[in-house]
Amino acid sequence: MSKTTLTRRGLLALGGAALGSGAVTGFPTIWAQNIKDVTLRQIGTGVSGLNPIAEQVKKDLGFTLQLTVTDTDAVAQRAATQARSFDIADIEYFSIKKVYPTGAMQPIDTQRIKLMDKVVPIFTTGKLTPESQMGQGTSPFSVGFVESKDAKGFAGKRTELMTLMPTVYNADTLGIRPDLVGRPITHWKDLMDPAFKGKASILNIPGIGIMDAAMVAESAGAIQYGDKGNMTREEIDKTIAFLIEAKRAGQFRAFWKSFDESVNLMASGEVVIQSMWSPAVAAVRSRGVQCVYQPLAEGYRAWGSGLGLMRHLTGLQLDAAYEYMNWYLSGWCGAFLNRQGYYSAVLETAKASMSENEWGYWMEGKPATAEILSPDGKPMEKAGAVRDGGSFQERMGKVVCWNSVMNEDRYLVTRWNEFIAA
Amino acid sequence: MRRSALFSWLQAAPLALVLAIFLVVPMAMIVVVSFFDYSAFSLIPDFVFTNYREAFGSAVTWRTFGKTLWYAGLVWAITFALGFWLAYYLAFIVRGEMTRMVLFVLCTVPFWTSNLIRMIAWVPFLGRNGLMNQALIGAGLIDQPLEFLLFSDFAVVLAFVHLYTLFMVVPIFNTMMRIDRRLLEAARDAGASFWQTLWVVILPLCKPGIGIGSIFVVVLVLGDFATVRLMSGGQSASVGLMISNQIGLMQYPAAAANAVGLLVMVLLLMAAILRAIDIRKEL
Repeated sequence: MSKTTLTRRGLLALGGAALGSGAVTGFPTIWAQNIKDVTLRQIGTGVSGLNPIAEQVKKDLGFTLQLTVTDTDAVAQRAATQARSFDIADIEYFSIKKVYPTGAMQPIDTQRIKLMDKVVPIFTTGKLTPESQMGQGTSPFSVGFVESKDAKGFAGKRTELMTLMPTVYNADTLGIRPDLVGRPITHWKDLMDPAFKGKASILNIPGIGIMDAAMVAESAGAIQYGDKGNMTREEIDKTIAFLIEAKRAGQFRAFWKSFDESVNLMASGEVVIQSMWSPAVAAVRSRGVQCVYQPLAEGYRAWGSGLGLMRHLTGLQLDAAYEYMNWYLSGWCGAFLNRQGYYSAVLETAKASMSENEWGYWMEGKPATAEILSPDGKPMEKAGAVRDGGSFQERMGKVVCWNSVMNEDRYLVTRWNEFIAA
Repeated sequence: MRRSALFSWLQAAPLALVLAIFLVVPMAMIVVVSFFDYSAFSLIPDFVFTNYREAFGSAVTWRTFGKTLWYAGLVWAITFALGFWLAYYLAFIVRGEMTRMVLFVLCTVPFWTSNLIRMIAWVPFLGRNGLMNQALIGAGLIDQPLEFLLFSDFAVVLAFVHLYTLFMVVPIFNTMMRIDRRLLEAARDAGASFWQTLWVVILPLCKPGIGIGSIFVVVLVLGDFATVRLMSGGQSASVGLMISNQIGLMQYPAAAANAVGLLVMVLLLMAAILRAIDIRKEL
């Protein structure tokens, strides 16, 4: 008798498992009972280290995702030096160029990624469409694959083994305060317009800041680059001299390093034109302050990040990590990130999780047919609003360079420090 | 005799061990790493002088060290002037233990929040459209907002003074309270003026407190990187900030070489302060 009696606990567990597997079709494939005890520790930047994602993971997959959020440089540093202190690195492609060769990570078996063939071709062939340009710098494709489990170098072509499972990417440009700049902004060189003396800013992360500076210098006709993403010493010298000259002339109000610093600079009116990231623009707008993510004639500087597996992951934890990565591409998360103004790696599934109005506004560059809500449910844009820069194709199709780690990286950093100290 | 010697060694052993493991070994590691070579991907154990040559062969490093010293000197002078008179007021002017305690606790109020929050709080106050500028414009004193208030050396020094004046007040106050009041009466009876009493009696007796306060302030300013970055808006550099940038970019040997340079500078300054003032009198 007692053998067949179901305990209350058992019923609950069964119910939980049934609910869990019902929420997302096809997941989870591992026994819900023991995966619940798994905790995956993830380190990343504020871009995608977001609590709602961890909560949804708990709901859909049953295990715990523990998030640590820090800045771009610190993520790379922790991944390279304290690899055992977390399990998954949510890291940028240009950082992985430095981190992967340290042997801190294991490659991802693409056969275990169900939607691999639906991933945006930027990551799998290097080109958005077969005709489009690859873009200078550390493009995700160039550091996205390796030949073997122990390879330290990158394959440069599609293989079975990925370094990072692409999650989120975007095309960056300058943010402006349209109410304070007083004229149309059309080119990168407008950052150095003497009219904005003491009211401009650039970001102080060398690998990204130098690219923005190069876009500006090239646009101003001050410097011609062979490859902005891999400058020669002479090109670095010229770029830094260009920046120091502007700094001494008092062009810059401040340099920022973290997302919220850029939001505060812009919202308070300390700065009217600066390097910016898309959700920072949204954050300024949500404070009721006008801010535009201005498309510029020369095109965009892009970045991408992805999830990487640390070398020590094995067994159930590794299985859970693959579950998590598959879940990431399965729709909810893509929609969540697209609503922040980023792009998700698999568009099809994200589209299914977004309303027609949302998809039209964020991805197709169409005027909103109804109010656009931010991910936390606050109204962000009124009906009729159009996204700065337009559709996905228009924005990602105009990428001219990617955030980079250059061969002359060591030299660049020394010179960048000189610029900051100048 | 032998037994008691052994006993003293044993008594000192725990502290010596803790210091050896958590201070001497890491310091030694920093010195060792400062001679390593490095690539973008990894540290290469070696014995090369390139890190020192790159660091100290560059005018920027010297300028940064100079700037850091300048911050330390200026902040020291201001915190000393402020701290001395605050302590003087608390020790000699205020009557009644209770009032004195209340005023002393008031001095520590800023320390109830974190360093970072105290720093960030200056931003909305000093900004272009901040409270200070609005007040000045409202009062008709200026018609253009003052730009130098924020993201400037002025802002950095202001934040330092705000953060560290208490470190000057406490030890000076402490030594002042220990001064035998009869000495002051004797000075007055012997016909000394206020300034003479201050110069000949109070100041020499406060030297240990001034020394301890100076060490606190100078060391804190020399090692700082957060205040300089936030308050100068990343426009100014300090040695700490330079090291933090290099660590952020995984250039550990370069950072270690600069850290050794900073350590030498701090030790030299400490030696100078301790030579001028015998702080052991305090203890």
